[in-house]
Amino acid sequence: MTKKSYDNEMNLEFLSKSSNESFARITVAAFAAQLDPNIEEISDIKTAVSEIVTNAIIHAYDSNDEIIKIHSYIKDNCITIEVSDTGKGIEDIELAKKPLYTSKAELERSGMGFTIVENFMDDLKIESILGLGTKITMKKIITKEENSLES
Amino acid sequence: MRINFNDQEKILTLEIEEEIDHHMAGNLRREADYEIQRRNPKRIILDFNNVVFMDSAGIGMVIRKI
Repeated sequence: MTKKSYDNEMNLEFLSKSSNESFARITVAAFAAQLDPNIEEISDIKTAVSEIVTNAIIHAYDSNDEIIKIHSYIKDNCITIEVSDTGKGIEDIELAKKPLYTSKAELERSGMGFTIVENFMDDLKIESILGLGTKITMKKIITKEENSLES
Repeated sequence: MRINFNDQEKILTLEIEEEIDHHMAGNLRREADYEIQRRNPKRIILDFNNVVFMDSAGIGMVIRKI
C-alpha cells in the first residue's frame, strides 16, 4: 500500500439533493475541527462547501439522484477540499467566476458563489470539461493561535 | 421564521431563525411572499440576528426583495 503524503483524509459521497447541502458542510467542518480552527475559519469552510455543493446540485445535474463526491485531506495546518460531479461542466469558467453572474437568474441566485469562495478560502481551483463534469479544489490554511489560557 | 406585523405603521418584520442555504431559501421565500401579499406592508424589516449560517442563497433572497 502506498504511503499517503497527508496526515488525514476522508471521502464523502451523496445524492444531488438540496437537503444534503447542510450535511456536506457540517461533515467537512467536523473533519476540519481536528486542526483546531477558530469560529471564523470554520464558518469560512462551511460557507465555501455550501456554495460549491449548491453549485453542483443546481448547475451540474438536472435531477436530484446523481452523485456528488467530496474528498478532503489534511496536511500540516492546511485542509484541502475537493468537490466533484460528473455533470454538465462549466462552459465559461471566467464568466462563472464573475461577481453577480448567474446562469440561473430565474432561481434567484445571487451569482456570488465563486466570489465568496475566493475570498473565504486561501486557494480555489476550477477544473471542468463540458459533458464530463467539474472538480473544484479549495484550500484553507488554519492559523495556529497561542492559547492565552495555557500560557 | 417569526412574523411580526405592526398594523398601524404597516411594518412587516420577518425574523429569520433558520440556516439560510439554497435548500432553506425556497421555503423562506414562499413564506415571505405570502406574508407580503397578505399584509401589503409599507416597510419590510428582515431580521438576521438569529441566523447562525447564511451563504449566497441569503444574498439572493435579499436582492430579490429589493
